[in-house]
Amino acid sequence: MSLDKKQVKEIAQLARLNINDSEAQLATVELNNILNLMAELSEIDTEHVEPMAHPLDMSQRLREDVVSETDLSEEFQAIAPKTGKKHFLVPTVIE
Amino acid sequence: MVWETVIGLEIHSQLSTKSKIFSGASTSFGAEPNTQACAVDLGLPGVLPVLNKEAVMMALRFGLAVNAKINQHSIFARKNYFYPDLPKGYQISQFEIPIVGQGEIEISIAEGDTKMIGITRAHLEEDAGKSIHDMYKDFTAIDLNRAGTPLLEIVSEPDMSNAKEAVAYAKKIHALVQYIGICDGNMQEGSFRCDANVSIRKKGAKELGTRAELKNINSFKFLEKAINLEVERQQDVLEDGEKVVQETRLYDDMKNETRSMRSKEEANDYRYFPDPDLLPVDIDDALLSQIRTTLPELPTEKKSRYISEFGLNSYDAENLTSQKAFADFFESMLYEKAEAKLSANWIMGELSAALNKNQMNIKDSPISAKELSGLVKRITDETISGKIAKDVFMTMWESQRSADEIIESQGLKQMTDIAAIEPIIDKVIANNSTQVEQYRSGNKKLLGFFVGQVMKETQGKANPKQVNQLLNEKLS
Amino acid sequence: MHKFSVAELSKGLKNKDFSSVELTKHYLRRIDRSDLNAFITVTEDLALSQAKEADSRLAKGNANVLTGIPYAHKDIFCTKGIKTSAGSKILDPFISPYDATLSYKLNTEGMVMLGKTNMDELAMGSSNENSYYGPVNNPWDKKRVPGGSSGGSAAAVAARLSAFATGTDTGGSIRQPASLCGITGLKPTYGRVSRYGMIAYASSLDQAGPITQSAEDAALVLNTMAGFDDKDSTSMNKDVPDYTENLNNSIKGLKIGIPKEYFSEGLDDGVAKVILQSIKEFESMGAIVEEVSLPNSAYAVPTYYIVAPCECSSNLSRLDGVRYGYRCDDPKDLNDLYLRSRSEGFGEEVKRRIMIGTYALSAGYYDAYYLKAQKVRQLISEDFKKAFQRVDVIMGPVSPTTAFELDAIKDSVSMYMADIYTLSVNLAGLPGMSIPAGFSNNLPVGLQMIGNYWSEEVLLNVAHQFQTQTDWHVHLPENT
Repeated sequence: MSLDKKQVKEIAQLARLNINDSEAQLATVELNNILNLMAELSEIDTEHVEPMAHPLDMSQRLREDVVSETDLSEEFQAIAPKTGKKHFLVPTVIE
Repeated sequence: MVWETVIGLEIHSQLSTKSKIFSGASTSFGAEPNTQACAVDLGLPGVLPVLNKEAVMMALRFGLAVNAKINQHSIFARKNYFYPDLPKGYQISQFEIPIVGQGEIEISIAEGDTKMIGITRAHLEEDAGKSIHDMYKDFTAIDLNRAGTPLLEIVSEPDMSNAKEAVAYAKKIHALVQYIGICDGNMQEGSFRCDANVSIRKKGAKELGTRAELKNINSFKFLEKAINLEVERQQDVLEDGEKVVQETRLYDDMKNETRSMRSKEEANDYRYFPDPDLLPVDIDDALLSQIRTTLPELPTEKKSRYISEFGLNSYDAENLTSQKAFADFFESMLYEKAEAKLSANWIMGELSAALNKNQMNIKDSPISAKELSGLVKRITDETISGKIAKDVFMTMWESQRSADEIIESQGLKQMTDIAAIEPIIDKVIANNSTQVEQYRSGNKKLLGFFVGQVMKETQGKANPKQVNQLLNEKLS
Repeated sequence: MHKFSVAELSKGLKNKDFSSVELTKHYLRRIDRSDLNAFITVTEDLALSQAKEADSRLAKGNANVLTGIPYAHKDIFCTKGIKTSAGSKILDPFISPYDATLSYKLNTEGMVMLGKTNMDELAMGSSNENSYYGPVNNPWDKKRVPGGSSGGSAAAVAARLSAFATGTDTGGSIRQPASLCGITGLKPTYGRVSRYGMIAYASSLDQAGPITQSAEDAALVLNTMAGFDDKDSTSMNKDVPDYTENLNNSIKGLKIGIPKEYFSEGLDDGVAKVILQSIKEFESMGAIVEEVSLPNSAYAVPTYYIVAPCECSSNLSRLDGVRYGYRCDDPKDLNDLYLRSRSEGFGEEVKRRIMIGTYALSAGYYDAYYLKAQKVRQLISEDFKKAFQRVDVIMGPVSPTTAFELDAIKDSVSMYMADIYTLSVNLAGLPGMSIPAGFSNNLPVGLQMIGNYWSEEVLLNVAHQFQTQTDWHVHLPENT
């Protein structure tokens, strides 16, 4: 599977990364090199193999339903790029 | 061209846990902005989710209540997309293996008919925060208090064929989640949100038409209107020879239309994959059995029981069980030994009317179940008549005094003493000889007149049964 | 003073041979004079106040074993009130409002944090050349790389700028820099150490561990680092033994497996020689060596370079300029805010891995890439399981070469291939160590030891025994 520049630009948009034409050119080459590496995996027979999502053979631990956090909004907003009236602000979004 | 409609509903029900699904922040409504968004909810670098047990229990209660297959091994997955009120840039949800699988629920449609609606699945996920677009001119303000609140997303099969069925289903689920105590059902506060998937096809066709998803519907009334509008719109589109576009549409009540939502999710590829920060949720049989025993009696069972045990008719039983609060009120009255049918009538009649008039919830009723049973018992034991009881009810509503107290203080006790009634009857008969003549010559309808006169004489306090009986005797 | 190991320093502090403040000042001076660029932030005032506190505890007699010991903390761990950058511009403005569990633990123990160390950006890299704050130099040869991603931590320990350091290892990021810098590094079993507050790269592979002068020091530090954390769902609720208890056990009869696949072309001759020599050393101590096979090891590179980018492409979505971190100037709309903040904030390698991950998870490719890689991961783990039925420890090289020159490896694929010996250990979730085993062309060579799940004790014991027989671990770069 080989990527073309158009696909690379689409992927970049999905990942919210800016990529101009020459960067896209470079990225296409780089990414295709990496993809070639992965082509090796298609050689292996994995039909009857379970995917391993975790090294731990464990089930999810359940937490008791108690409120354990206090209001740290001041501290959190002190490090935010832009706030106003206790809210985080971004340029207007049109829905 | 005859069209048939196919509707499926996706309901997001906020679970009424104390803390969030993956963090220990509070979920209570109405807090100051961002004061209930902890590090985990904010998606700070390095934070990790830990699953709330109660959210799992609530999901399981729902699954059992709709006879669903429970997936005792389920997985959380990440749904990846960028939006400012989605702090991590992904929502933790469930994709391939949701905790609740196929189930079903019965709805009542017109005239005592019922229909089974399939539930495809129900899964756990976290809610996003809120984006406020009108606080500033050039900015959108983000409040993350809601981010991380547990949601149960309930997906129906496309089994509904018209807006009324969709509303009946939505109402049934709405009642059920409150019944089993997993959601407060407050649609104004956003605890219960319905999205409708609507498509149409030629009658008898096998394949489904292209569907549109309707969002931003926060009442049952709007749900019905939105669906009907959309069906009409799609019919127009198809009859014009055009194709229906698969898209998300917002319902706008002011303009009485649905309109296409600017693509927030249109070209989105969610890139679902199992969340590596969470492990599979494994539920053992013992836990399921335990949950089964803690489920309250469900509406369908309750309705049957009200019919068989208390002799209520289907209509009354349906109404009483449609909301848990009503059923609870009714059962409290029975506990006080009030008579069943009479109690049912009073709840669905006078009490409901008064509640509606004052836009109150039964939970805030100024007359408690105990107090109303006090009133009903006085009708049953013939202390007062049903008619007088209505006045007493009004006084109880205004003053919060008990029935007995009011009856006593206003001297409303029914006259049941024949010795006291008889002379009055004799007096009425004596004073109305013309009518007596007419009655005796065949105009039996005049009995009502005599009863009325006796009631007038006794300020309504004479026991109607006895009055009738005595009049019959004396007039014949 | 800086030539003392943690074990020796601990005794020295207890015996009042010196104070923590003296020790801390000494290290701070050394850091100030150093041109290795090992630190992003030096926390001088904090360190001195922590040292003072430690001295007070030592005087009162309520100090712990590691109270007062100065260390360097990889800048991937959140430290409250202190800049936490993960080597990236996108977190350059980030002053963490909370402490990682590990930061909290080390603090509570009474250790002294000298500063946050330089690293490959967001833990992606094998040379510490991918840092927003510039490359780190290898103390053995400043024209060469220290390895990565924990390059700053490794350089700091090798140059004795701190008594020990913390690191993280997702594909070899503790073991490889330890090898290239001639020091000891341990990646514990997945789930042994809490990940809460450790900026995530690949969630199912990341693990924190100690970077130290010796196995004994690693055992001491691991005692504090290890343990269950209820804030981390992937943290194992398992007792922490005293890792120093069995260091002196004899390793006679220990079965060592040497994977035949690890000695093929691509492995530098000089490195191979050192490894084989050290294995002979073990035989002389009574260990029994046999060949094992890990047939799927060749697939570790493509498997890792699918799994890790997929997970990180999602983990890094939160770095969006909205709630913290770098935001571009004057964003004209939301899309612009995202695009420019992220593009200006992330370095090339990070962007590359985000793109690969995004692609591999996208519609239509999930089965071919991510799912396939997870299945191969299973096979790789099974290879190890089979091998551990026959042997107690697996040994081999850490890196195919010694430290390479700065700017020497330009293309990413070649860089990825250099991780060939370390990646499969993370994929399987096993514990792994690198210990100094000799030199090739005057550059350090590390020996990798891989243990079965939860066998850190065995690894530390074996490593310690090697370090009583040899002195590679006390060699220092010139002028240290």
